[in-house]
Amino acid sequence: MRHELPQPPQAAAGSWHPATTESRTARFILVSVALVFLGLFLLLPLISVFFEAFRKGPAAYFAAFADHDALAAIRLTLLVAAIAVPLNLVFGVVAAWTIAKFEFKGKAFLTTLIDLPFSVSPVISGLVYVLLFSTHSALGPWLKSQGIEILFAVPGIVLATVFVTFPFVARELIPLMQEQGTTDEEAALSLGANGWQTFWHVTLPNIKWGLLYGVLLCNARAMGEFGAVSVVSGHIRGLTNTMPLQVEILYNEFNTVAAFAVASLLALLALVTLVLKTLLELKYGAELAANGGH
Amino acid sequence: MTLGFTLAYLTLIVLIPLAGLVWRSASLGWGGMWHVATDARTLNALKISFGTSLVAALINVVFGVIVAWVLVRYRFPGRRIIDAIVDLPFALPTAVAGIALTALYSKNGWIGRWLDPLGIKVAFTPIGITIALIFIGLPFVVRTVQPVMEEIRKEVEEAAATLGATRFQTISRVLLPGLTPAILTGFALAFARAVGEYGSVIFIAGNLPYISEIAPLLIVIRLEEFDYTGATAIAAIMLLISFTMLFVINLIQAWSRRRYGYAT
Repeated sequence: MRHELPQPPQAAAGSWHPATTESRTARFILVSVALVFLGLFLLLPLISVFFEAFRKGPAAYFAAFADHDALAAIRLTLLVAAIAVPLNLVFGVVAAWTIAKFEFKGKAFLTTLIDLPFSVSPVISGLVYVLLFSTHSALGPWLKSQGIEILFAVPGIVLATVFVTFPFVARELIPLMQEQGTTDEEAALSLGANGWQTFWHVTLPNIKWGLLYGVLLCNARAMGEFGAVSVVSGHIRGLTNTMPLQVEILYNEFNTVAAFAVASLLALLALVTLVLKTLLELKYGAELAANGGH
Repeated sequence: MTLGFTLAYLTLIVLIPLAGLVWRSASLGWGGMWHVATDARTLNALKISFGTSLVAALINVVFGVIVAWVLVRYRFPGRRIIDAIVDLPFALPTAVAGIALTALYSKNGWIGRWLDPLGIKVAFTPIGITIALIFIGLPFVVRTVQPVMEEIRKEVEEAAATLGATRFQTISRVLLPGLTPAILTGFALAFARAVGEYGSVIFIAGNLPYISEIAPLLIVIRLEEFDYTGATAIAAIMLLISFTMLFVINLIQAWSRRRYGYAT
């Protein structure tokens, strides 16, 4: 005896779709809207960076990097990131370790404080250091008498960069380490490992991909920061201009090709960051914990 | 010991500098603060900053939710690449975005040349500011809504459908209410980021006082005039507003945890 399976309604042939998704037309429209929007608002600006940089051909493009000030800006950006990122890496690991592995009062408040720099305008992040170190401040005259330059010099740029990239590593690691709990560490300690060994051989391998993810985002922001650095830098050519500031100066001088040439390096950095980030998410998505982006 | 290090570093880098700003603006007093806040140029800059940020965040909510939906629900070629591209504004330095957008929307740019004959001026107007703020705010909405959408259980939609709901009713009456806290949080994050944004805006804005001058730029201008008091007062007003936003976001999350059992 054969049972006829109930068939989906065939009345409007071809237009049938499960009740838990949209019609083919609706899907097509939604996908198109999303693609056009992203293409127009995100992709087109990115493409135009490279287009403008090569508008007058490769010779003009590469000539932009023969300039002393441009090279100095590249060096300064690398230097600032090389100081700021490791500082925040160490802080991020220690802070996440403290918050995830120990119990103490005010933990939630501390987590909020760590996120604070994200809710402050970059310009204000720079301003707070100007107020702290300017000649009108309490510290300023003393620093001057000691011959220490912070504002309009490299230390100020580093400080402002550390401020704006402060939360990146910590906020990536806190949920990850909280989820992992303390059982692995307890096992290591009970087997006779000391605190440092436990951290080096147990905790660090557990968090390495999350750590790399945080460092990646931290580095992208450190190299690309504009507002905060612009306020404290003083814009001294060849001395206190980072790459984003050099882009601004060249652009304002109508040296468009050179401005976009330097900008194209930063755009490449962004692309590399995105590719690495996506690879990390694909490969180690589970280990990065479900903390969904930023 | 690690707690001590955490607190010391946090205090040195973040808390003392911020406290310095608060202390300095407190020494201005309410009178001094009021004087700066009600200055016509400051008032206009704040209005432009908050107005354009509001419009940009609203546009981002509409398109951000569509993008998140498309990425979560549909399978189409290039979906992974599109998903990665959403984070571009997080990775691309703001100054680069700023000059790229200006090149696109200026009178002979790729987009500007189509809008110009229609009489639509984008570069050097509040519309340009809004476009830059849409750029930097989009990932906040998508990345807040997306994980919550992924958690929606199919059963809920099936139940709605068997009870006779049309697809439109299922989405508007069943799915959207559950997504509301996430959408609100995404909106607040995009809005808060937009209000403080500087790098991507100043190139396309043209920075005409009273017309397209944003509040963060006015802080920079005051600093360049060595008017630290004026700069501090504007910064304090903005800080007050962004901490209020932060508080509101926390309230939304607490409410969402009680009502829907998740926090975004």
